[in-house]
Amino acid sequence: MKDDIIICRCQDVTEQEIVDAIKKYNLSTVDEVKRVTRAGMGHCQGKTCRKLVEQILSRELSRPVSADQYTTLRPPTRAVPLDLLANAEQSFDKVVSRGRGGHNE
Amino acid sequence: MSNLPKTAELVIIGGGVIGTSIAYELAKRGMKDIVLVEGDTISSGSTGRCGGGIRAQWSTPENVRLAMASVERFKSLESELETELEFEQGGYLILAHSDQELQQFESNVKMQKSLNLDVDLITPSQAKEIVPSLNIEKITGATWCPSDGSINPFLLNFAYARAARQKGVKIFQHTKVIGIEHKAQKITGINTDQGKISTNQLVNAAGGYAGFIGKLAGLDLPVVPHRHEILATEQINRFFKNMIMSFEYNLYFRQVMDGGIVGGQTNPGELPGTDIKSGLTFLKEMSVKLTHFIPKLKQVKVIRQWAGLYCTSPDAQPILGKIENLAGYYQAIGFSGHGLMLAPRTAVLMANCIADPDFQDEDLSRLNLDRFKHGIVSGERSVV
Ligand SMILES: Cc1cc2nc3c(=O)[nH]c(=O)nc-3n(C[C@H](O)[C@H](O)[C@H](O)COP(=O)(O)OP(=O)(O)OC[C@H]3O[C@@H](n4cnc5c(N)ncnc54)[C@H](O)[C@@H]3O)c2cc1C
Repeated sequence: MKDDIIICRCQDVTEQEIVDAIKKYNLSTVDEVKRVTRAGMGHCQGKTCRKLVEQILSRELSRPVSADQYTTLRPPTRAVPLDLLANAEQSFDKVVSRGRGGHNE
Repeated sequence: MSNLPKTAELVIIGGGVIGTSIAYELAKRGMKDIVLVEGDTISSGSTGRCGGGIRAQWSTPENVRLAMASVERFKSLESELETELEFEQGGYLILAHSDQELQQFESNVKMQKSLNLDVDLITPSQAKEIVPSLNIEKITGATWCPSDGSINPFLLNFAYARAARQKGVKIFQHTKVIGIEHKAQKITGINTDQGKISTNQLVNAAGGYAGFIGKLAGLDLPVVPHRHEILATEQINRFFKNMIMSFEYNLYFRQVMDGGIVGGQTNPGELPGTDIKSGLTFLKEMSVKLTHFIPKLKQVKVIRQWAGLYCTSPDAQPILGKIENLAGYYQAIGFSGHGLMLAPRTAVLMANCIADPDFQDEDLSRLNLDRFKHGIVSGERSVV
Protein backbone atom coordinates (compact mmCIF):
# COMPACT_ATOMS: atom_id res chain seq x y z
CA MET A 1 0.00 0.00 0.00
CA LYS A 2 1.39 3.38 -1.07
CA ASP A 3 -0.02 5.11 1.98
CA ASP A 4 2.12 2.86 4.19
CA ILE A 5 5.34 3.79 2.45
CA ILE A 6 7.06 6.81 3.98
CA ILE A 7 9.19 8.61 1.40
CA CYS A 8 10.31 11.58 3.51
CA ARG A 9 11.00 10.41 7.03
CA CYS A 10 11.78 13.88 8.41
CA GLN A 11 8.43 15.31 7.39
CA ASP A 12 6.43 12.08 7.42
CA VAL A 13 5.30 12.21 3.79
CA THR A 14 3.92 9.03 2.23
CA GLU A 15 4.21 7.84 -1.35
CA GLN A 16 0.45 8.16 -1.71
CA GLU A 17 0.54 11.84 -0.66
CA ILE A 18 3.23 12.49 -3.28
CA VAL A 19 1.32 10.70 -6.04
CA ASP A 20 -1.87 12.59 -5.11
CA ALA A 21 -0.07 15.94 -5.15
CA ILE A 22 1.50 15.23 -8.56
CA LYS A 23 -1.94 14.54 -10.00
CA LYS A 24 -3.81 17.29 -8.20
CA TYR A 25 -1.41 20.09 -9.08
CA ASN A 26 0.17 18.83 -12.35
CA LEU A 27 3.63 18.68 -10.76
CA SER A 28 6.64 17.69 -12.82
CA THR A 29 9.75 18.50 -10.76
CA VAL A 30 11.18 17.48 -7.39
CA ASP A 31 11.18 21.13 -6.30
CA GLU A 32 7.46 21.44 -6.95
CA VAL A 33 6.74 18.23 -5.03
CA LYS A 34 8.81 19.62 -2.16
CA ARG A 35 6.85 22.88 -2.11
CA VAL A 36 3.47 21.18 -2.06
CA THR A 37 4.12 18.17 0.20
CA ARG A 38 7.14 19.38 2.25
CA ALA A 39 9.01 16.18 1.27
CA GLY A 40 12.66 17.21 1.58
CA MET A 41 12.10 20.22 3.83
CA GLY A 42 12.93 18.46 7.08
CA HIS A 43 16.02 17.91 9.13
CA CYS A 44 18.04 16.09 6.47
CA GLN A 45 16.93 18.48 3.70
CA GLY A 46 15.99 15.75 1.26
CA LYS A 47 19.33 13.97 1.14
CA THR A 48 17.56 10.61 0.82
CA CYS A 49 14.09 11.35 -0.41
CA ARG A 50 14.79 13.59 -3.37
CA LYS A 51 16.01 10.58 -5.34
CA LEU A 52 12.90 8.62 -4.41
CA VAL A 53 10.66 11.57 -5.33
CA GLU A 54 12.30 11.79 -8.74
CA GLN A 55 11.70 8.06 -9.24
CA ILE A 56 8.03 8.50 -8.39
CA LEU A 57 7.76 11.44 -10.80
CA SER A 58 9.44 9.43 -13.54
CA ARG A 59 7.00 6.56 -13.00
CA GLU A 60 3.88 8.74 -12.77
CA LEU A 61 4.76 10.90 -15.77
CA SER A 62 6.29 8.04 -17.80
CA ARG A 63 9.54 9.87 -18.37
CA PRO A 64 13.13 8.89 -17.66
CA VAL A 65 14.72 9.69 -14.28
CA SER A 66 16.71 12.89 -14.55
CA ALA A 67 19.45 13.86 -12.11
CA ASP A 68 18.95 17.53 -13.14
CA GLN A 69 15.65 17.41 -11.40
CA TYR A 70 17.10 16.93 -7.95
CA THR A 71 16.05 19.76 -5.73
CA THR A 72 18.50 22.51 -4.79
CA LEU A 73 20.33 21.69 -1.59
CA ARG A 74 20.05 24.72 0.63
CA PRO A 75 22.69 25.75 3.18
CA PRO A 76 23.70 25.06 5.93
CA THR A 77 24.94 21.57 5.02
CA ARG A 78 24.33 20.43 8.58
CA ALA A 79 21.85 21.75 11.12
CA VAL A 80 23.51 24.37 13.36
CA PRO A 81 22.20 25.57 16.75
CA LEU A 82 21.19 29.24 16.82
CA ASP A 83 23.37 30.08 19.81
CA LEU A 84 26.49 28.74 18.08
CA LEU A 85 25.84 31.13 15.20
CA ALA A 86 24.86 33.92 17.60
CA ASN A 87 28.08 33.54 19.62
CA ALA A 88 30.11 33.89 16.47
CA GLU A 89 28.63 37.35 16.08
CA GLN A 90 28.40 38.17 19.79
CA SER A 91 26.51 41.24 20.79
CA PHE A 92 22.94 42.19 20.04
CA ASP A 93 23.83 45.89 20.15
CA LYS A 94 26.55 45.45 17.56
CA VAL A 95 24.19 43.64 15.22
CA VAL A 96 21.33 46.10 15.50
CA SER A 97 23.71 49.05 15.18
CA ARG A 98 24.17 48.03 11.54
CA GLY A 99 20.83 49.70 10.99
CA ARG A 100 17.39 48.80 9.80
CA GLY A 101 18.39 48.51 6.19
CA GLY A 102 14.88 49.23 4.88
CA HIS A 103 14.75 50.12 1.22
CA ASN A 104 11.90 52.51 1.53
CA GLU A 105 12.99 55.02 4.09
CA MET B 1 6.35 20.77 -24.54
CA SER B 2 6.18 23.61 -27.01
CA ASN B 3 2.53 23.46 -27.99
CA LEU B 4 2.28 27.16 -27.27
CA PRO B 5 -0.82 28.65 -28.94
CA LYS B 6 -0.29 31.17 -31.75
CA THR B 7 -2.81 33.60 -30.33
CA ALA B 8 -4.41 34.45 -27.01
CA GLU B 9 -7.00 36.86 -25.69
CA LEU B 10 -4.60 37.76 -22.88
CA VAL B 11 -1.18 36.60 -21.73
CA ILE B 12 -0.15 36.71 -18.09
CA ILE B 13 3.61 36.83 -17.50
CA GLY B 14 4.58 35.12 -14.23
CA GLY B 15 3.30 32.07 -12.34
CA GLY B 16 3.69 33.44 -8.81
CA VAL B 17 0.76 34.19 -6.55
CA ILE B 18 -0.04 37.42 -8.40
CA GLY B 19 -0.11 35.96 -11.93
CA THR B 20 -2.02 32.82 -10.98
CA SER B 21 -4.59 34.67 -8.84
CA ILE B 22 -5.29 37.17 -11.62
CA ALA B 23 -5.63 34.26 -14.08
CA TYR B 24 -8.14 32.60 -11.79
CA GLU B 25 -10.22 35.74 -11.17
CA LEU B 26 -10.33 36.55 -14.90
CA ALA B 27 -11.37 33.01 -15.85
CA LYS B 28 -14.00 33.15 -13.12
CA ARG B 29 -15.41 36.27 -14.79
CA GLY B 30 -15.80 34.25 -17.97
CA MET B 31 -12.77 35.37 -19.95
CA LYS B 32 -11.71 32.69 -22.42
CA ASP B 33 -8.39 31.97 -24.05
CA ILE B 34 -6.10 33.12 -21.25
CA VAL B 35 -2.49 31.96 -21.41
CA LEU B 36 -0.08 32.17 -18.46
CA VAL B 37 3.62 31.83 -19.15
CA GLU B 38 6.13 31.08 -16.43
CA GLY B 39 9.87 31.06 -17.09
CA ASP B 40 10.56 28.45 -14.43
CA THR B 41 7.88 26.58 -12.46
CA ILE B 42 4.88 27.68 -10.38
CA SER B 43 6.03 29.23 -7.10
CA SER B 44 9.72 29.23 -8.05
CA GLY B 45 9.95 33.02 -7.61
CA SER B 46 9.35 35.22 -4.56
CA THR B 47 6.10 33.51 -3.68
CA GLY B 48 7.79 30.19 -2.95
CA ARG B 49 10.47 31.98 -0.92
CA CYS B 50 8.36 34.23 1.27
CA GLY B 51 7.46 34.22 4.94
CA GLY B 52 3.75 33.57 4.53
CA GLY B 53 2.73 36.43 6.80
CA ILE B 54 -0.55 38.29 6.40
CA ARG B 55 -1.12 41.61 8.15
CA ALA B 56 -3.31 44.65 7.77
CA GLN B 57 -1.21 46.76 10.16
CA TRP B 58 0.22 49.18 7.60
CA SER B 59 0.89 52.89 7.70
CA THR B 60 -0.90 53.81 4.46
CA PRO B 61 -4.69 53.47 4.12
CA GLU B 62 -4.33 51.84 0.68
CA ASN B 63 -2.20 49.00 2.06
CA VAL B 64 -4.55 48.60 5.06
CA ARG B 65 -7.63 48.41 2.84
CA LEU B 66 -6.04 46.00 0.34
CA ALA B 67 -4.85 43.77 3.19
CA MET B 68 -8.16 43.83 5.06
CA ALA B 69 -10.10 42.95 1.92
CA SER B 70 -7.57 40.19 1.23
CA VAL B 71 -8.04 38.77 4.74
CA GLU B 72 -11.78 38.61 4.05
CA ARG B 73 -11.04 36.69 0.83
CA PHE B 74 -8.56 34.38 2.60
CA LYS B 75 -11.33 33.31 5.00
CA SER B 76 -13.42 31.80 2.21
CA LEU B 77 -10.66 30.84 -0.19
CA GLU B 78 -10.15 27.32 1.14
CA SER B 79 -13.72 26.41 0.33
CA GLU B 80 -13.75 28.36 -2.94
CA LEU B 81 -10.52 26.76 -4.21
CA GLU B 82 -11.49 23.43 -2.62
CA THR B 83 -8.21 22.78 -0.88
CA GLU B 84 -6.32 23.22 2.39
CA LEU B 85 -4.22 26.41 2.51
CA GLU B 86 -3.12 26.42 6.18
CA PHE B 87 -4.69 29.86 6.63
CA GLU B 88 -4.60 30.82 10.27
CA GLN B 89 -5.45 34.07 12.08
CA GLY B 90 -2.78 33.90 14.77
CA GLY B 91 -2.25 37.67 14.90
CA TYR B 92 0.74 39.97 14.40
CA LEU B 93 2.64 41.42 17.32
CA ILE B 94 4.67 44.46 16.25
CA LEU B 95 7.22 45.61 18.81
CA ALA B 96 8.14 49.21 19.61
CA HIS B 97 11.52 50.05 21.13
CA SER B 98 11.35 53.77 21.88
CA ASP B 99 8.80 56.41 22.77
CA GLN B 100 9.20 57.93 19.36
CA GLU B 101 8.34 54.62 17.74
CA LEU B 102 5.34 54.25 20.03
CA GLN B 103 4.07 57.62 18.84
CA GLN B 104 4.33 56.53 15.21
CA PHE B 105 2.48 53.32 16.12
CA GLU B 106 -0.19 55.34 17.88
CA SER B 107 -0.93 57.31 14.75
CA ASN B 108 -0.89 54.11 12.64
CA VAL B 109 -3.33 52.47 15.01
CA LYS B 110 -5.63 55.49 14.91
CA MET B 111 -5.77 55.41 11.10
CA GLN B 112 -6.14 51.58 11.10
CA LYS B 113 -8.97 51.73 13.61
CA SER B 114 -10.74 54.35 11.50
CA LEU B 115 -10.79 51.67 8.78
CA ASN B 116 -12.28 49.20 11.29
CA LEU B 117 -9.21 47.09 11.89
CA ASP B 118 -9.22 45.19 15.21
CA VAL B 119 -5.86 46.52 16.34
CA ASP B 120 -4.64 47.85 19.71
CA LEU B 121 -1.64 49.45 21.29
CA ILE B 122 -0.53 47.21 24.18
CA THR B 123 2.03 47.25 26.99
CA PRO B 124 5.15 45.07 27.15
CA SER B 125 3.55 42.87 29.81
CA GLN B 126 0.47 42.38 27.64
CA ALA B 127 2.84 41.36 24.82
CA LYS B 128 4.35 38.82 27.18
CA GLU B 129 0.93 37.41 27.90
CA ILE B 130 0.52 36.75 24.18
CA VAL B 131 3.99 35.19 23.83
CA PRO B 132 5.18 34.12 27.30
CA SER B 133 8.71 33.27 26.05
CA LEU B 134 9.24 36.78 24.65
CA ASN B 135 12.09 38.80 26.17
CA ILE B 136 10.56 42.25 26.73
CA GLU B 137 13.75 43.96 27.96
CA LYS B 138 14.11 46.34 25.03
CA ILE B 139 10.41 46.78 24.35
CA THR B 140 8.42 49.95 25.12
CA GLY B 141 5.12 48.66 23.81
CA ALA B 142 3.58 46.87 20.87
CA THR B 143 0.64 46.76 18.53
CA TRP B 144 -1.50 43.66 18.35
CA CYS B 145 -3.95 42.70 15.66
CA PRO B 146 -5.48 39.25 16.25
CA SER B 147 -7.07 39.01 12.79
CA ASP B 148 -3.65 39.17 11.09
CA GLY B 149 -2.14 35.78 10.41
CA SER B 150 -0.42 33.52 7.94
CA ILE B 151 -0.93 31.08 5.10
CA ASN B 152 1.14 28.44 3.32
CA PRO B 153 2.42 30.38 0.28
CA PHE B 154 3.09 27.29 -1.82
CA LEU B 155 -0.36 25.87 -1.29
CA LEU B 156 -1.96 29.24 -2.09
CA ASN B 157 0.03 29.61 -5.30
CA PHE B 158 -0.56 26.03 -6.49
CA ALA B 159 -4.25 26.21 -5.53
CA TYR B 160 -4.79 29.35 -7.63
CA ALA B 161 -2.93 27.71 -10.54
CA ARG B 162 -5.02 24.57 -10.27
CA ALA B 163 -8.30 26.50 -10.04
CA ALA B 164 -7.27 28.66 -13.02
CA ARG B 165 -6.49 25.52 -15.06
CA GLN B 166 -9.84 24.03 -14.14
CA LYS B 167 -11.50 27.15 -15.53
CA GLY B 168 -9.62 26.81 -18.81
CA VAL B 169 -6.47 28.90 -18.32
CA LYS B 170 -3.55 27.39 -20.20
CA ILE B 171 -0.39 27.44 -18.14
CA PHE B 172 3.00 27.01 -19.80
CA GLN B 173 5.95 26.51 -17.48
CA HIS B 174 9.60 26.69 -18.56
CA THR B 175 8.50 29.36 -21.03
CA LYS B 176 10.39 32.60 -20.68
CA VAL B 177 9.29 35.91 -22.18
CA ILE B 178 12.13 37.43 -24.18
CA GLY B 179 10.33 40.12 -26.15
CA ILE B 180 7.17 42.20 -26.20
CA GLU B 181 5.75 43.60 -29.41
CA HIS B 182 3.71 46.76 -29.68
CA LYS B 183 2.58 48.99 -32.50
CA ALA B 184 0.98 52.43 -32.43
CA GLN B 185 0.93 52.34 -28.61
CA LYS B 186 -0.88 49.01 -28.52
CA ILE B 187 0.34 45.61 -27.37
CA THR B 188 0.44 43.17 -30.30
CA GLY B 189 2.27 40.11 -29.01
CA ILE B 190 4.91 38.46 -26.89
CA ASN B 191 7.97 36.46 -27.78
CA THR B 192 9.11 33.55 -25.65
CA ASP B 193 11.96 31.07 -25.84
CA GLN B 194 9.28 28.57 -26.87
CA GLY B 195 7.68 30.67 -29.60
CA LYS B 196 5.54 33.70 -30.27
CA ILE B 197 1.99 34.50 -29.18
CA SER B 198 -0.10 37.24 -30.79
CA THR B 199 -2.17 39.04 -28.21
CA ASN B 200 -3.55 42.50 -27.59
CA GLN B 201 -3.45 42.24 -23.82
CA LEU B 202 -0.82 41.23 -21.33
CA VAL B 203 -0.31 41.38 -17.58
CA ASN B 204 3.14 41.99 -16.15
CA ALA B 205 3.19 39.86 -12.99
CA ALA B 206 6.88 38.99 -13.15
CA GLY B 207 7.71 39.77 -9.50
CA GLY B 208 11.41 40.65 -9.10
CA TYR B 209 11.73 40.72 -12.89
CA ALA B 210 8.87 43.18 -13.46
CA GLY B 211 11.30 45.96 -14.36
CA PHE B 212 12.93 43.71 -16.95
CA ILE B 213 9.53 42.88 -18.51
CA GLY B 214 8.80 46.63 -18.55
CA LYS B 215 12.02 47.23 -20.48
CA LEU B 216 10.98 44.65 -23.07
CA ALA B 217 7.88 46.77 -23.63
CA GLY B 218 9.95 49.97 -23.81
CA LEU B 219 8.92 51.14 -20.34
CA ASP B 220 11.14 52.51 -17.62
CA LEU B 221 9.30 51.35 -14.49
CA PRO B 222 10.26 52.65 -11.04
CA VAL B 223 10.79 49.21 -9.49
CA VAL B 224 14.00 47.55 -8.31
CA PRO B 225 14.70 43.98 -7.24
CA HIS B 226 16.34 43.50 -3.83
CA ARG B 227 17.50 40.24 -2.31
CA HIS B 228 15.99 39.29 1.05
CA GLU B 229 17.28 36.40 3.12
CA ILE B 230 15.28 34.09 5.34
CA LEU B 231 15.87 30.96 7.43
CA ALA B 232 14.00 28.02 8.91
CA THR B 233 14.79 25.99 12.00
CA GLU B 234 14.05 22.41 12.83
CA GLN B 235 10.56 21.54 14.08
CA ILE B 236 9.88 22.10 17.76
CA ASN B 237 6.67 21.98 19.79
CA ARG B 238 4.52 24.88 18.76
CA PHE B 239 4.57 27.59 21.43
CA PHE B 240 3.28 30.63 19.54
CA LYS B 241 0.99 31.14 16.59
CA ASN B 242 1.50 34.78 15.75
CA MET B 243 4.06 36.67 13.73
CA ILE B 244 6.52 38.77 15.77
CA MET B 245 7.96 41.81 14.10
CA SER B 246 10.31 44.67 14.87
CA PHE B 247 11.03 47.49 12.43
CA GLU B 248 13.67 49.06 14.68
CA TYR B 249 15.59 45.80 15.07
CA ASN B 250 14.72 44.78 11.56
CA LEU B 251 13.25 41.29 11.74
CA TYR B 252 10.11 39.21 11.53
CA PHE B 253 9.57 35.60 12.56
CA ARG B 254 6.82 33.09 13.19
CA GLN B 255 6.47 29.44 14.02
CA VAL B 256 4.89 27.69 11.06
CA MET B 257 2.28 24.96 11.51
CA ASP B 258 4.77 22.12 11.29
CA GLY B 259 6.80 23.65 14.16
CA GLY B 260 9.78 25.28 12.42
CA ILE B 261 10.64 28.91 13.12
CA VAL B 262 10.79 30.95 9.91
CA GLY B 263 12.21 34.46 9.95
CA GLY B 264 14.08 37.10 8.04
CA GLN B 265 15.41 40.62 7.93
CA THR B 266 16.40 43.27 5.41
CA ASN B 267 20.16 43.09 5.03
CA PRO B 268 21.65 46.52 5.73
CA GLY B 269 23.29 47.98 2.64
CA GLU B 270 21.84 45.42 0.23
CA LEU B 271 22.25 46.73 -3.30
CA PRO B 272 19.66 46.26 -6.05
CA GLY B 273 20.09 43.07 -8.07
CA THR B 274 18.63 39.70 -8.88
CA ASP B 275 21.29 37.57 -7.23
CA ILE B 276 19.67 35.33 -4.59
CA LYS B 277 22.67 33.73 -2.90
CA SER B 278 22.40 33.21 0.83
CA GLY B 279 25.18 34.06 3.26
CA LEU B 280 26.63 33.47 6.69
CA THR B 281 26.39 37.11 7.83
CA PHE B 282 22.61 36.94 7.64
CA LEU B 283 22.58 33.66 9.54
CA LYS B 284 24.69 35.08 12.36
CA GLU B 285 22.73 38.33 12.62
CA MET B 286 19.38 36.59 12.66
CA SER B 287 20.61 34.11 15.26
CA VAL B 288 21.66 36.95 17.58
CA LYS B 289 18.30 38.66 17.24
CA LEU B 290 16.16 35.52 17.46
CA THR B 291 17.91 34.27 20.59
CA HIS B 292 17.66 37.76 22.09
CA PHE B 293 13.91 37.96 21.64
CA ILE B 294 13.21 34.29 22.44
CA PRO B 295 16.09 33.03 24.62
CA LYS B 296 14.69 29.52 24.71
CA LEU B 297 15.52 29.13 21.00
CA LYS B 298 19.26 28.92 21.78
CA GLN B 299 19.57 25.17 21.33
CA VAL B 300 17.26 25.07 18.31
CA LYS B 301 19.00 24.30 15.03
CA VAL B 302 18.81 26.14 11.73
CA ILE B 303 18.19 23.62 9.00
CA ARG B 304 17.73 25.78 5.95
CA GLN B 305 18.36 29.25 4.62
CA TRP B 306 17.46 30.79 1.31
CA ALA B 307 16.73 34.13 -0.32
CA GLY B 308 14.26 35.72 -2.69
CA LEU B 309 13.52 39.05 -4.28
CA TYR B 310 11.42 41.96 -3.14
CA CYS B 311 10.20 44.01 -6.06
CA THR B 312 10.59 47.40 -4.41
CA SER B 313 8.62 50.47 -5.47
CA PRO B 314 9.46 54.05 -4.40
CA ASP B 315 6.63 54.19 -1.83
CA ALA B 316 6.56 50.48 -0.86
CA GLN B 317 3.08 50.14 -2.30
CA PRO B 318 2.15 48.05 -5.33
CA ILE B 319 1.77 49.55 -8.79
CA LEU B 320 -1.47 48.33 -10.32
CA GLY B 321 -3.66 48.55 -13.39
CA LYS B 322 -3.20 49.99 -16.85
CA ILE B 323 -0.84 52.69 -18.02
CA GLU B 324 -1.00 55.69 -20.33
CA ASN B 325 0.17 55.34 -23.93
CA LEU B 326 0.33 51.56 -24.12
CA ALA B 327 -3.10 50.01 -24.60
CA GLY B 328 -3.46 46.41 -23.51
CA TYR B 329 -0.57 46.55 -21.03
CA TYR B 330 -1.52 45.85 -17.42
CA GLN B 331 0.70 45.39 -14.38
CA ALA B 332 0.57 44.21 -10.77
CA ILE B 333 4.12 44.82 -9.55
CA GLY B 334 6.20 46.55 -6.88
CA PHE B 335 4.74 44.70 -3.89
CA SER B 336 7.85 45.57 -1.86
CA GLY B 337 7.75 42.47 0.34
CA HIS B 338 4.01 42.18 0.88
CA GLY B 339 2.58 40.70 -2.29
CA LEU B 340 1.38 37.43 -0.88
CA MET B 341 -0.95 39.03 1.64
CA LEU B 342 -2.29 41.53 -0.88
CA ALA B 343 -2.79 38.99 -3.68
CA PRO B 344 -6.48 38.07 -3.22
CA ARG B 345 -7.74 41.68 -3.33
CA THR B 346 -5.22 42.69 -6.00
CA ALA B 347 -6.42 39.87 -8.23
CA VAL B 348 -10.05 40.95 -7.87
CA LEU B 349 -9.21 44.58 -8.69
CA MET B 350 -7.00 43.61 -11.64
CA ALA B 351 -9.57 41.20 -13.07
CA ASN B 352 -12.34 43.79 -12.72
CA CYS B 353 -10.29 46.45 -14.47
CA ILE B 354 -9.27 44.12 -17.30
CA ALA B 355 -12.73 42.66 -17.82
CA ASP B 356 -14.56 45.98 -17.60
CA PRO B 357 -12.99 49.13 -19.08
CA ASP B 358 -15.36 51.32 -17.04
CA PHE B 359 -14.49 49.72 -13.69
CA GLN B 360 -13.57 52.32 -11.08
CA ASP B 361 -12.00 51.83 -7.69
CA GLU B 362 -10.38 54.36 -5.41
CA ASP B 363 -7.42 52.18 -4.38
CA LEU B 364 -6.81 50.97 -7.92
CA SER B 365 -6.58 54.52 -9.22
CA ARG B 366 -4.42 55.69 -6.31
CA LEU B 367 -2.03 52.80 -6.89
CA ASN B 368 -1.69 53.47 -10.60
CA LEU B 369 1.78 54.19 -12.03
CA ASP B 370 0.73 57.80 -12.69
CA ARG B 371 1.12 58.63 -8.98
CA PHE B 372 4.86 59.02 -9.57
CA LYS B 373 4.42 61.60 -12.34
CA HIS B 374 5.11 64.42 -9.95
CA GLY B 375 8.09 62.84 -8.21
CA ILE B 376 8.34 60.51 -5.25
CA VAL B 377 5.27 60.27 -3.04
CA SER B 378 5.50 59.65 0.67
CA GLY B 379 4.84 56.04 1.34
CA GLU B 380 4.58 53.02 3.56
CA ARG B 381 6.80 53.18 6.65
CA SER B 382 6.01 49.92 8.37
CA VAL B 383 8.36 47.67 6.45
CA VAL B 384 11.08 45.12 7.18
C1 LIG C 1 12.31 36.49 1.99
C2 LIG C 1 10.95 37.03 1.61
C3 LIG C 1 9.94 37.07 2.58
C4 LIG C 1 8.68 37.57 2.25
N1 LIG C 1 7.69 37.55 3.18
C5 LIG C 1 6.43 37.92 2.85
C6 LIG C 1 5.36 37.79 3.77
O1 LIG C 1 5.55 37.34 4.90
N2 LIG C 1 4.13 38.18 3.38
C7 LIG C 1 3.89 38.70 2.13
O2 LIG C 1 2.75 39.05 1.83
N3 LIG C 1 4.89 38.81 1.23
C8 LIG C 1 6.15 38.43 1.56
N4 LIG C 1 7.15 38.54 0.64
C9 LIG C 1 6.86 39.15 -0.67
C10 LIG C 1 6.15 38.18 -1.57
O3 LIG C 1 6.92 37.00 -1.68
C11 LIG C 1 5.97 38.79 -2.96
O4 LIG C 1 5.49 40.11 -2.87
C12 LIG C 1 5.01 37.98 -3.79
O5 LIG C 1 5.32 36.62 -3.74
C13 LIG C 1 5.04 38.48 -5.21
O6 LIG C 1 4.37 37.58 -6.04
P1 LIG C 1 4.55 37.67 -7.59
O7 LIG C 1 3.64 36.69 -8.19
O8 LIG C 1 4.44 39.10 -8.02
O9 LIG C 1 6.09 37.32 -7.83
P2 LIG C 1 6.81 35.89 -8.02
O10 LIG C 1 6.32 34.88 -7.07
O11 LIG C 1 8.26 36.18 -8.05
O12 LIG C 1 6.33 35.44 -9.45
C14 LIG C 1 6.86 36.03 -10.62
C15 LIG C 1 7.15 34.91 -11.57
O13 LIG C 1 7.51 35.48 -12.83
C16 LIG C 1 8.43 34.61 -13.43
N5 LIG C 1 9.16 35.36 -14.45
C17 LIG C 1 10.10 36.31 -14.25
N6 LIG C 1 10.58 36.72 -15.44
C18 LIG C 1 9.92 36.03 -16.40
C19 LIG C 1 9.97 36.00 -17.81
N7 LIG C 1 10.81 36.80 -18.52
N8 LIG C 1 9.16 35.16 -18.48
C20 LIG C 1 8.30 34.35 -17.80
N9 LIG C 1 8.21 34.32 -16.46
C21 LIG C 1 9.01 35.15 -15.76
C22 LIG C 1 9.29 34.15 -12.29
O14 LIG C 1 9.91 32.90 -12.60
C23 LIG C 1 8.32 34.04 -11.15
O15 LIG C 1 7.85 32.72 -10.94
C24 LIG C 1 8.42 38.05 0.93
C25 LIG C 1 9.44 38.01 -0.03
C26 LIG C 1 10.69 37.50 0.29
C27 LIG C 1 11.74 37.43 -0.77
